[in-house]
Amino acid sequence: MTLYALRLAIHYEFDRPTGAGRQLFRILPADVPGLQRLHLVRVMLSPAPAERVEFTDFFGTRVIEVAMPPGLTTFDLVLEARVEREVPDPELDMSPPPAALVAEIAACRDVAHASPHHFLAPSRRIPAMPAVARFAASAVRGAPTVQQAIVRLGQALHRTMTFDAKATLVDTPPDQAFAQRRGVCQDFAQIMVGGLRSLGIPAAYVAGYLRTLPPAGQPRLVGADAMHAWVRAWAGEKAGWVDFDPTNACLVRGDHIDVGFGRDYDDVAPVTGMLRLDGSQTGSHSVDIEALDGP
Amino acid sequence: MDRTAQDRSGGGAPVSRDRGLAAYRPLPGVPDELVSADGTLRPLWRPLISQLQRLDDEELARALGRADQYLRDSGVFYRQYGAGQSVERPWPLAHFPVLIDEGDWARLSAALIQRADLLEALMADLYGPNRMVAQGHLPPALITQNPEWLRPMVGVPPRSGHYLHFVAFELGRGPDGGWWVLADRTQAPSGAGYALENRVATSRAFSDVFEGQNIHRLAGFFRDFRDTLLAMRADRDANVAILTPGPLNETYYEQAWLARYLGFALVQGEDLAVENGQLMLRTVSGLRPLDVLWRRLDAGFADPLELDPASRIGTPGMVSALRQGGVTMVNSLGSGVLETRALMAFLPTLAPHLVGAPLAMPNIATWWCGSAAERAAVLADPARMVLSPALGTGLPYDRQGETELAADLPRDDLARRLETGGAALVAQEAVTLSTTPALLDGRIAPRPMSLRVFLARTATGWQVMQGGFARIGAAADPMALAMQRGGAAADLWIVSGQDVPAISMVARPSGPYRRLAPGALPSRAADNLFWLGRYVERVEGVVRLLRARNVRLAESGRAAAPLLAALDPIAESYGVDPQEGIPQGLIDTLAAAISSAGQIRDRFSPDGWSALADLDKTARRMAHRVAPGDDAARALSALLRKLAGFSGLVNENMYRFLGWRFLTIGRQHERAMAMTGLLAALADEAAPHGALDLCVELGDSVLTHRRRFTMGTRRETVIDLLALDPMNPRSIRHQLDGMMAQVQMLPGAADHGQLSDLGRAMLRCQAEVATETPETLTTEALETLRSRIAQLSDLVTGAYLR
Repeated sequence: MTLYALRLAIHYEFDRPTGAGRQLFRILPADVPGLQRLHLVRVMLSPAPAERVEFTDFFGTRVIEVAMPPGLTTFDLVLEARVEREVPDPELDMSPPPAALVAEIAACRDVAHASPHHFLAPSRRIPAMPAVARFAASAVRGAPTVQQAIVRLGQALHRTMTFDAKATLVDTPPDQAFAQRRGVCQDFAQIMVGGLRSLGIPAAYVAGYLRTLPPAGQPRLVGADAMHAWVRAWAGEKAGWVDFDPTNACLVRGDHIDVGFGRDYDDVAPVTGMLRLDGSQTGSHSVDIEALDGP
Repeated sequence: MDRTAQDRSGGGAPVSRDRGLAAYRPLPGVPDELVSADGTLRPLWRPLISQLQRLDDEELARALGRADQYLRDSGVFYRQYGAGQSVERPWPLAHFPVLIDEGDWARLSAALIQRADLLEALMADLYGPNRMVAQGHLPPALITQNPEWLRPMVGVPPRSGHYLHFVAFELGRGPDGGWWVLADRTQAPSGAGYALENRVATSRAFSDVFEGQNIHRLAGFFRDFRDTLLAMRADRDANVAILTPGPLNETYYEQAWLARYLGFALVQGEDLAVENGQLMLRTVSGLRPLDVLWRRLDAGFADPLELDPASRIGTPGMVSALRQGGVTMVNSLGSGVLETRALMAFLPTLAPHLVGAPLAMPNIATWWCGSAAERAAVLADPARMVLSPALGTGLPYDRQGETELAADLPRDDLARRLETGGAALVAQEAVTLSTTPALLDGRIAPRPMSLRVFLARTATGWQVMQGGFARIGAAADPMALAMQRGGAAADLWIVSGQDVPAISMVARPSGPYRRLAPGALPSRAADNLFWLGRYVERVEGVVRLLRARNVRLAESGRAAAPLLAALDPIAESYGVDPQEGIPQGLIDTLAAAISSAGQIRDRFSPDGWSALADLDKTARRMAHRVAPGDDAARALSALLRKLAGFSGLVNENMYRFLGWRFLTIGRQHERAMAMTGLLAALADEAAPHGALDLCVELGDSVLTHRRRFTMGTRRETVIDLLALDPMNPRSIRHQLDGMMAQVQMLPGAADHGQLSDLGRAMLRCQAEVATETPETLTTEALETLRSRIAQLSDLVTGAYLR
């Protein structure tokens, strides 16, 4: 178990005063029974919003909905939270052989938020991508189990792709990022999700945070200066969902903090909605995560 | 006594009056509405056929002409899409109605009410507990992969207690004579307004029969639905509105028409805002609650924040308002999922679970190819099957390129496609539609038909419109039904054996008469009225300018050159090339006026609209054949008269409230700007000889000048008459006085005696002109004044129009 102190700061500046606007923020760490507990949380907005409500979306993510008054020149959001994260034991691979997965999916008569059925078909940001599908098929050839296939694809992707914060933008399609073999965690995750779906493995896109200050003697993980994204794949009825971080080529353990999951970036984007329709805005955000105790 | 086809043409009627009855034969194996299988005329049709046979060719042409004239005069159109562009098409009326007996109709209605209940129950399940999936009656993929299953709406119960309030069904008659459902329309069904227009037009063509026979009326259906929508408001003072995608939508005409007929506001996404969970309408008086929204917009577009982020016609926060119970949506967002073609394969199984009985009316036989048994059935009998996308909606033959006959594919290809992509496909039985008589060149002949029937949920439950809308094929092929491909629409008469009550939209009064406050004016409507005023005035100014130029060209030829040199830059400042007879720039300004008017079509009388459309048509026709000079001068005079006709219709008939004020402010503002510009150019000391006379002519004040001043034009007389004289309806002063009067009547004009910014600026302009003299109002002073007047437009926009 690790207790983390998390601080997220979002700052926008506008060259002209804004019109009134409405935004959704998906930034609150999730409560996941047995895995993650949210202890303290404070969200401060400046200037004060005209309206602020909170709701839980279809995939179970907590959303802060804010309506800002017109005339803003700056906008600041600060989130401070204490999050407790369990480190799951390295689990046994309980997943079936890949060929058996289709029957397990069919046996699942459920369309609630965590049903594998939501995560099989192409989605708005992750269309069918033939080049990724070919890559995925060759990467997992001979994998004895679904979990092995997930890990092999993630590792192959990590070997092939180079992390490059300047290569892509938030709207870069994943097949383009794959073609140039460069990108950030969002690209890594969306490419891997697309690859898994092409193999018939249900795969979700997960948004969250990654600890920025490594334990003594260990290297700092890549992508740790901002919000992070990874992959959650369904490995059959017994194994359930398996989280893999293709940017760091590892199964997700104790260094990650979940915010939420969905079909692709759109379902869990940290900020949705425009503060203005014309003129330009400049924004920045920063994340600090510190382990308060533990390793 | 029924007569057979052989002796139907007898009775001494001339052959030309047979109207095709003698040769009328049903197609083999296909039921027909007019005659039974053995050729017997159904008694229901006798009065209509007799009437048809009584009319000679000229009388028939006149009768049909009355219907067409009605549609033309009302400006009924729909929008047709083709090769990258869209055009407005006149409504294709098939003049001959379809007749159905009220007993048959009652049975059909009961079955459709059951189906509407079934769809409501399915909707509640799909957006609630999803028992049908859990119990294995529905494959999960049909839901989770469905673009119309809107996840943000899951678990959001409708405030009214119901998801569906207005639905339509496409029906066809099968080979055994029974009715089949061909498609369910639950997203935002169109056609109810067209059905009413069909009714008016058709009853004009066959008024004698319509009056003589007992045909059920449509008005009661609309009245009850209107009352239901009004009753769903949580707040009695809140508005009810129809949400339109905008004037480029295929059925915008109908949306505007329904808004006018039912007395609701017609709004677009940008007219709306969400405030503390309540949906609000942006009006010139600020935000006003909007409590019930009849949606004609596909759900995905409704909210860019939580639905399709690419939507430019939505309202951010709409889903939030629904979640917080701040509006009732007709129908609920997400109801489009019920239109999914593949669901038809499962509805027969679902019906007993959801409504406790088997389907009372079958739907078209459908096989979802995602399971092995269904794939085998399709492979076994491909000749009967049409393949189309499983998640598609609407009639399979309405969607070009989406459907194919299974028999057209080589067997191996078909097997492979079913095996690899079966879940994305449905097979449906290839329909043979029944036929009904269509009138073609004065003779009747059988043509395939389908019906669209409308159901509205009212205080007493589902009500079926006693009529509807029949689609008649252009050829015997069912594919030819689509209006986009030359099919036509016909009225549907439900014939009763007894007198039917006459119904009016007007509710019976209760209590003493009370005058109601006029509804709120949406800011966008005000903006369009303001610009309509400006554009129409601009057209008039430019026409006068061009006419004066062409008259001088014709009279003086080259001698007019210096004057034209002073005039032409003014025309050019409006984007008009004065060398052309009817310049393109003028046509463009007219088009801008039409476009503004088109955005607020629900606020126009049909007369006003057709006057404007006629003006546009005339100008375009002239543009091709009018030569500069005398020819152009005469053509422009004709345009001026038509323009006066439009202005007269608007001015004489428009209710003197907020909308009219914005139109008037726009008009007077444009006129003040134009006159200030004219005087600065033509009343300048350096202006060429004849410029002052030209100025008076452009200001339409030649007679007044002659009467007021017994001398020829001098700068002083011209400035006095056209700038300073408050009595001259063309003067700058008159425009500013008029604008001032309107501005004072706008909401928020004065707060505890303190003028608004607009009021202050307005007063300054007015006072300035009021205190000038012809000597002090120099060209320089005119130019300063002009820029002050120009700022008034920005102030109006800032205060009211955004």
